[in-house]
Amino acid sequence: MKDVFENEMKLEFISRSSNEAFARLTVAAFAAQLDPTIEELADIKTAVSEAVTNCIIHGYENKQGIVKIVGHLKENEIILEISDTGKGIENVDIAREPLYTTKPNLERSGMGFTIMESFMDTMEIESIVGLGTKVTMSKKIKPNRKEEEEDFQMITTSH
Amino acid sequence: MESKFYEEDKLLIFKITDEIDDCSVQKIRRKADYEMERYMPKKVIFDFSCVTFMDSAGIGMIIGRYKFANMIGAQLEVSNLTQSVKRIFEMSGILKLIPVASLGQAQSSHA
Repeated sequence: MKDVFENEMKLEFISRSSNEAFARLTVAAFAAQLDPTIEELADIKTAVSEAVTNCIIHGYENKQGIVKIVGHLKENEIILEISDTGKGIENVDIAREPLYTTKPNLERSGMGFTIMESFMDTMEIESIVGLGTKVTMSKKIKPNRKEEEEDFQMITTSH
Repeated sequence: MESKFYEEDKLLIFKITDEIDDCSVQKIRRKADYEMERYMPKKVIFDFSCVTFMDSAGIGMIIGRYKFANMIGAQLEVSNLTQSVKRIFEMSGILKLIPVASLGQAQSSHA
């Protein structure tokens, strides 16, 4: 019987925009264990970047706080929880709408949640005003057929 | 980000060489607005051929530069969009507003 592949990681960092690249690259390195395509990896990086930006700009409004990322790998799926303990979102349904932004004067596009939603398979938002926000997203990585076949051939020929 | 101004065509080309996120757009914005004011071009082209990553911060940045270019009487275009950049721009609908220019690699490498 084949063991189910499982892994987990936690990452915490200060809410500075210079940490955004660090966060998405770290998550990408973690996700790489599922052998995603370059496109799948780019989708995950973009979604992480959007979620972390939200924590920094909206959750903490550029004041110092801690952004937390918990990542799980289970079989061929990556599940990410990205959270802050900032101000929270009053109306999650409105915040999810494309082009909605509370900060239009800062050249915000209001596309963050829309991008997370379309680049990942699932996306959920839990938020309590004054306590913080947690975004949970998941994405299934399609198994790389060709490589599996090559592995299989290697095993059969080595015996 | 590299920039090059073609005096005879009043053309200003910006070649973005960083990953585009909330952190890097602040630098790009400052430099682009400064150079546009300095050269007063008729046309501004943003070249994305070297952009390996962009999130939604890029949308706001381009819309902001589009408005700034309009204000100084210049036309703004984008060029050499990579697959992932194109996807994000298409989702936001800004390509209905901002034309995609075809910029030769030779020209962009001078920028």
